[in-house]
Amino acid sequence: MLSFIARRLGLLIPTFFGVTLLTFALIRLIPGDPVEVMMGERRVDPEMHAQAMERLGLNKPLYAQYLDYIGKLAQGDLGESLRTRESVWSEFLTLFPATVELALAALLFAGTLGVLAGVIAALKRGSLFDHGVMGISLTGYSMPIFWWGLILIMFFSVGLGWTPVSGRIDLLYDIEPVTGFMLIDTLLSEEEGAFVDALRHLILPAIVLGTIPLAVIARMTRSAMLEVLREDYVRTARAKGLSPARVVFVHALRNALIPVLTVFGLQIGTLLAGAVLTETIFSWPGIGKWLIESIGARDYPVVQNGILLIACLVILVNFTVDILYGLANPRIRHQR
Amino acid sequence: MRKNSRFPAWLAAGLALSAPFASASNLVFCSEGSPAGFDPGQYTTGTDFDATSEPLFNRLAQFQRGSTRAVPALAERWDVSDDGLTYTFHLRQGVKFHSTDYFKPTREFNADDVLFTFQRMLDKDHPFRKAYPSEFPYFTDMGLDKTIAKVEKVDEHTVRFVLNTVDAAFIQNLAMNFAAIHSAEYADQLLKAGKPQQLNQKPIGTGPFVFKRYQKDAQIRFTGNKDYWKPEDVKIDNLIFSINTDASVRAQKLKAGECQITLNPRPADLKALQDDPKLTVPSQPGYNLGYIAYNVTRAPFDKLEVRQALDMAVDKQAIVDAVYQGAGQLAVNGMPPTQWSYDETIKDRAYDPEKAKALLKQAGIAEGSEITLWAMPVQRPYNPNAKLMAEMIQSDWAKVGIKARIVSYEWGEYIKRAHNGEHDAMLIGWTGDNGDPDNWLGTLYGCDSVDGNNFSKWCDADYDKLVKQAKAVTDVEQRTALYKQAQHVLQQQVPITPIAHSTVYQPMRTSVQGFLISPFGRNSFYGVSNAP
Repeated sequence: MLSFIARRLGLLIPTFFGVTLLTFALIRLIPGDPVEVMMGERRVDPEMHAQAMERLGLNKPLYAQYLDYIGKLAQGDLGESLRTRESVWSEFLTLFPATVELALAALLFAGTLGVLAGVIAALKRGSLFDHGVMGISLTGYSMPIFWWGLILIMFFSVGLGWTPVSGRIDLLYDIEPVTGFMLIDTLLSEEEGAFVDALRHLILPAIVLGTIPLAVIARMTRSAMLEVLREDYVRTARAKGLSPARVVFVHALRNALIPVLTVFGLQIGTLLAGAVLTETIFSWPGIGKWLIESIGARDYPVVQNGILLIACLVILVNFTVDILYGLANPRIRHQR
Repeated sequence: MRKNSRFPAWLAAGLALSAPFASASNLVFCSEGSPAGFDPGQYTTGTDFDATSEPLFNRLAQFQRGSTRAVPALAERWDVSDDGLTYTFHLRQGVKFHSTDYFKPTREFNADDVLFTFQRMLDKDHPFRKAYPSEFPYFTDMGLDKTIAKVEKVDEHTVRFVLNTVDAAFIQNLAMNFAAIHSAEYADQLLKAGKPQQLNQKPIGTGPFVFKRYQKDAQIRFTGNKDYWKPEDVKIDNLIFSINTDASVRAQKLKAGECQITLNPRPADLKALQDDPKLTVPSQPGYNLGYIAYNVTRAPFDKLEVRQALDMAVDKQAIVDAVYQGAGQLAVNGMPPTQWSYDETIKDRAYDPEKAKALLKQAGIAEGSEITLWAMPVQRPYNPNAKLMAEMIQSDWAKVGIKARIVSYEWGEYIKRAHNGEHDAMLIGWTGDNGDPDNWLGTLYGCDSVDGNNFSKWCDADYDKLVKQAKAVTDVEQRTALYKQAQHVLQQQVPITPIAHSTVYQPMRTSVQGFLISPFGRNSFYGVSNAP
């Protein structure tokens, strides 16, 4: 097991360097520098431009800029945003809880509903329900997030008035950010009604962000369940006279969940990618929106380090899933 | 059915619980982006100024709300010397800087604050600038670093600006958002504490609202300034900016009552907003201009007949209808009609493809000649859809035998290449900065700007003389006469084809009272109330 972990860890280092090099190069391939972008159609005074480029360290040759970047990274310094002049790490810490809160809510929605729908579809294979679930999940998987979000807002928020349009809370509540997780902060604030309001704000974005993972999880659970239900031990369990619920949930589902768990891990990437759009539609102050705007502003440190932090996170989650998977299934760790 | 009726009941219970801030007067503004920081001098965009300069600070002079006229603010009055080179400002007394949990002022606003503000922008070796290096791009862009020779303190309440050259727009320039007056005492305190960067994070000004808290991409909270020097202007206890980048979402939030006022609606959302009885959507002709700039340094645009021909070959009304979807006004001149000194007698050249063809023939341009037409990759207030506009112009010009190839680059690259003069004809535009005609006629078409905002690279000696002369005198009547002559030259020489001024819409709830649309696109909430 240890050598398995060591091998996996060994792969992290080149991945890490690959990400730094790729983001560093890609953002610089986009024409225009931060000062020019800020000035728009205005005249850029050459003296002012030179002064700003020097202050930002962008007048150095590219290799020197990259070495500076890696040198700073080695000291744990993620640099300062060129636009806001705030530290990248502190901006990340401010915005990240919002993304996590949304991603967890989306995962909860997708996981619960997806597993349930997958199990029922497998049990009623070939039925109308099965075809319905599979059809809907295919539609869900192909859903353009932006359109889907706006449709839900128009229907539920503006048409029916059931949910708020956007944001994390009604801004007339003045909630001091303590943890950055709105649900927790509203509880801490003891402002009456704030928690329920924050919860209401979470519903639509979680549904929108969770739609694709829901489709994937439902389909995955269904096929895994179908496979497991054919196994001998399930037949044995049935033959022993166990209740159908016990057979399905204890004997079958537990084993079927192993591949589903991997899918959960892989969905982290999808959730973070989907967060970019979901956060824009719902004015959700998370890291997706932050990165998009930073690319527009050519905010090099934010783009480089923001993507690096997300990449690290995805790598870490997948690494953990690999380890968990190895733990759950000894055949896997011995095979590798 | 049963399910449906349960859900809203649960939500209704939630709603009933939520009645925050019941007694205070609040206003939520759905804004379009996060400010880069809170030190107005460092920034150039409306998003930054709406969140900083307007609510938190004052300038020596300020634009009257809803107008381009500069009126006294922190300076009660000013005298200009006969040679136009010395401005003496008499400062308002009894003005207090904001008192917050991070700064308690011990004195009132005085000359030291004006000195600190301007010397930091002028002097690269200013101690504060050494400790916190910054550029002041707008200040530089307006040429104030060159115009101002020195700023002196005459006494506690009098400041003198000595200029290198006469600048008729000087007061207008000082009224711009970047010239917000900082507290020298606060700056000193930050410098001593080794935290100069806090000037950009925790602002202290004299403005109608006091900074409370900012959460990036989510909200900015301000409270009404109870000690404001013009108390009747503060009618809101809590001013909250709800940050929403998507225009459709802003419109939906306004309809749902989650905010009371917003900006820049999409043309497609206008109808629904106008039809909502709880909303009102005032509008105003925009203080902007979208136009085609012909690069006169390149053939065939070095020939006047070609420029005239292509100008009359464009069916502008069709563009206004399709691109601006009716939310635009046909432009006939190099600046908007709301600008003083605008010459009403100038009439647009009629749309006349036949005459255009004849002119091209006269100029010796062969049918099927190719040129490039650059289309901006971004949406701007003066041009909501440059790609569509370019396609329409392409088809208009094809009718007179000119083949235009549409070219587009990423925005930064677009401007950079255009500054280098790589284009034949390009779509571009402008939104006025300071309400002065020179900001149009000098900045966009003058000889000094051929490496800058003069994208036609057009330098006409007669025109330039008129515009320079007009900038060097302070008498408004005299200036108006000179600018009117200049506009005639501009129209005859056709370095540009003016297309349209877009209409500005500002949707709000009917409960909002006293809001005035700013020609500069600013969103100011002093003098505004909200009575739900």
